[in-house]
Amino acid sequence: MMTAVATSRIEARFRELRERQAKGLVVYLTAGDPSLEATGELLAAIERGGADLIELGVPFSDPLADGPVIQRASERALRAGATLRKILEHLPRWRDTLRAPLILFTYFNPVLQFGLEKFAREAAQAGADGALVVDLTPEEAGNYGGVMRAHHLDTIFLAAPTSTDERLELAARSSTGFLYLISRTGVTGERAELAASTRTLVDRARRVTSLPLAVGFGISRPEQVREVQALADAAVVGSAVVHTIEERYPSGGAAAIEQFVRWLKEGTGSSPA
Amino acid sequence: MILPCNESMNRWINDSILRFLSAAGPYLSNMNRASEVSRTESWPDARGRYGEFGGRFVPETLMHPIEQLTEAFEAARRDPKFQAELDHLLRHFAGRPTPLFHARRLTEHLGGAQIYLKREDLLHTGAHKINNCLGQGLLARRLGKTRLVAETGAGQHGVATATVAAFLGMDCTVYMGEEDMARQAPNVFRMRLLGAEVVGVASGSKTLKDAINEAMRDWVTNVTNTHYLLGSVLGPHPYPLMVREFQRIIGQEAREQILTRTRRLPNLLVACVGGGSNSIGLFYDFIPDREVKMVGVEAGGRSLTLGEHAARFAGGKPGVLHGTYTYVLQTPDGLIANTHSVSAGLDYPAVGPEHSALYRQGRVKYCHVSDAEALEAARDSSSWPIQNPKSQIQNLDDDGCRYISN
Repeated sequence: MMTAVATSRIEARFRELRERQAKGLVVYLTAGDPSLEATGELLAAIERGGADLIELGVPFSDPLADGPVIQRASERALRAGATLRKILEHLPRWRDTLRAPLILFTYFNPVLQFGLEKFAREAAQAGADGALVVDLTPEEAGNYGGVMRAHHLDTIFLAAPTSTDERLELAARSSTGFLYLISRTGVTGERAELAASTRTLVDRARRVTSLPLAVGFGISRPEQVREVQALADAAVVGSAVVHTIEERYPSGGAAAIEQFVRWLKEGTGSSPA
Repeated sequence: MILPCNESMNRWINDSILRFLSAAGPYLSNMNRASEVSRTESWPDARGRYGEFGGRFVPETLMHPIEQLTEAFEAARRDPKFQAELDHLLRHFAGRPTPLFHARRLTEHLGGAQIYLKREDLLHTGAHKINNCLGQGLLARRLGKTRLVAETGAGQHGVATATVAAFLGMDCTVYMGEEDMARQAPNVFRMRLLGAEVVGVASGSKTLKDAINEAMRDWVTNVTNTHYLLGSVLGPHPYPLMVREFQRIIGQEAREQILTRTRRLPNLLVACVGGGSNSIGLFYDFIPDREVKMVGVEAGGRSLTLGEHAARFAGGKPGVLHGTYTYVLQTPDGLIANTHSVSAGLDYPAVGPEHSALYRQGRVKYCHVSDAEALEAARDSSSWPIQNPKSQIQNLDDDGCRYISN
């Protein structure tokens, strides 16, 4: 007898991409930047622009894995009152208009203070599909994976160029949905070139897991998106989108962000000014 | 009483004694009952936990470097050659052992408690920070690193790191909050004179917390050639363990010195607690001596309103900051609070995880001193007598007990 296995929205999206022989574009934005109202509009625009998956950043006071662009976005979002609680309150409305899987990208302390069980329950009810906790490694995760899975949420862990094969395997084993590969040592931010370490890391990851692989950190232009997509299953663009929101959203509105994501996705023409 | 002199020592050498006298009284009355038998000799466990506190909460990129650092530290502490070199440098470069000074006039003034000061301020670079910097510097060299990064609050740790980098011929970058750079300008000058690059940090509260964020960002970026020389018993395992081991010489010396001088153990140890390295350094080797009471003094700032102080045990709750699970000053939403203290070195929202464990266990009591009390004590210290604390100390030392502070 066949047992029905629940397929997460993230798994389904990667399967669909594979069937189309396409590669994914994952877009990151900070929730509440510049306001919680704007986030709803930006999410819709990012999906229209062609994002296949969306990472929604929960702003933290001390984002030590982030470079200056996301640090500034976090400050704007916190000034706008975007706490985890507020984000989860707004999430059902945002979810209604979106098809793309939504991954909450957060630091651990806000989740810890909110309560792990409550976080998983409310995130699932609000329509999130998974979470990535940037300063929570598999060793310290304790019952995080179990609690999240009980609420049908995917847990995405990171692997870095400094991860040993053993750690790479641990990250893969602890992840569901996909595995997030950090393209270079360092904080988030736009870079002119893709690190040479990317290919090696993707190859090493392929040897230990059949999970889809997304590569992020430092990807800001369509050529880089293409380059990553040639290696992995998806490319993640964060700081470049957040930077564009900072510079163009105030005057150009959500349409400017949609245009930017489309430029990343389709890779034609020059950066829309 | 033994008071360890640390980065904010010039003020605290006086005010910790005085404030302790008024603040610690109520704590001490509860300390006569035997506290739980110390389990601290086995702290931390293999996962870097002190009871429930500690651990490693860092981005994945840092995990393997931290594992390598842990292995290198464990090998070094068992390596007689490493220990001999460190011991040599502590003696001939840093100036150990430091004196244990009997503060006779303070003792008389305060009515009889024999007060001793552990003079860590007499070390090269002016604070206990050099103990840890020499240890970690040698470890960095052992790991083949060519560059040191550090955070600094008051500047003492930055100066000590810059000194060790110059001694070992390594590059050095020190991150310092812009507010701290302004209030500790002479130390900025000293670091630059020693060849270090001092980078101002303008984010957040522009103080120690933000300097640590920036140092960690540098480390995660340059991890292949760079060692992060963290200055206190904070951060992910093995830092709280490693820094404690490099600082416990304070207490080892003090214990031997007081036994030689007075043929008995002190009744009480007092030390200020920022991140908590000088206090752990003094306390650690006395922990099995159950008759020795210990008080850690936190910065009470302007008031106990969140954002106005750095008294983690008065206003914080357990959370994760800078890689460790410990008491943290934070909002109900888990955002890290800004802090305030006149003392730049104590102006930090978290505390070393071992302190959280000692607090939870009850082995060490913690109290806090406000800016105003600290400044008043510093002013008054030049012209004893002082009114208030006197009656308090008389309550404490009818038996002519001895106190060591640092």
